[in-house]
Amino acid sequence: MWTFFHKLASPPHFYGLAGKFIPWFAAIGLPLVAYGTWAGLFIAPPDYQQGDAFRIIYVHVPAAYLSMLAYMVMAIAAGIGLIWRMKLAHAVAASAAPLGAWFTFLALATGSIWGRPMWGTWWEWGDPRLTSELILLFLYLGYMALRAAIDDGTKADRASAVLALVGAVNVPIIHFSVEWWSSLHQGPTLIREGGPAIAGDMLYPLLAMIFGFSFLFGALLLMRVKSEVLYRERRARWVRRLATESAGAA
Amino acid sequence: MEMLAMGKYGVYVWTCFGLTFTVLVTCVVQARRRHRAVLREVRRHMQLTETDE
Repeated sequence: MWTFFHKLASPPHFYGLAGKFIPWFAAIGLPLVAYGTWAGLFIAPPDYQQGDAFRIIYVHVPAAYLSMLAYMVMAIAAGIGLIWRMKLAHAVAASAAPLGAWFTFLALATGSIWGRPMWGTWWEWGDPRLTSELILLFLYLGYMALRAAIDDGTKADRASAVLALVGAVNVPIIHFSVEWWSSLHQGPTLIREGGPAIAGDMLYPLLAMIFGFSFLFGALLLMRVKSEVLYRERRARWVRRLATESAGAA
Repeated sequence: MEMLAMGKYGVYVWTCFGLTFTVLVTCVVQARRRHRAVLREVRRHMQLTETDE
């Protein structure tokens, strides 16, 4: 078991392994997203209250879910990096941040566009769900700015990891905000007592989108971790050989 | 055509889907660009150290 972990954490081995997983993640994620998009837009029946506007759920919910999942990945990786001084874990945390920021932006933007026809407003200051998701965006941006501001790689890893861990309290706040406080935002659709509050032909495209987005996130994360590992190991012989070999191809 | 109109919500629905796929493509482009930039950086560093030695 330990040899497995040691081997996994060895940068060249991880680099090769990540490269093998990326096409598989993409090959699973892309068809799921293609099906989810098609079925969400054209197969699922219009909602009896929201009409066709409800179809925004098929991009909004996966984006919002990924915005929180990416943060959990970032915070847990940062914690592992901090406790066990594992460079690979810091590389994962640093790679999750820009992706998480994009998904958070997407959740906020699609939510806002959905809110306009449904709630009659693009944005509601003081709404707990909206505000806590906006704070999530600032946490990602703050994390990236902090990393960029510290030249020493090890110090940047440690300082940003502390920020990531402290900010993690925001994730359950986002999740439970619609239950703890009154919010414009509707309650949970999928994970709730009594099972999902949504019919099958509406539900399956949503599940496909959530899983599809997750696999695409996995592929994008591994792509970024690969670059991050190369940069951190830039003085190592295997990286230099790889860079020389790729010079001809580029 | 009626399917594409999404009732009276066409603008909202299509903007959201368009935005989502734009962001996904941007993520891929950024990740690839970063990878190439790191490889360039490694090669530049190699040239610098070669002239030192």
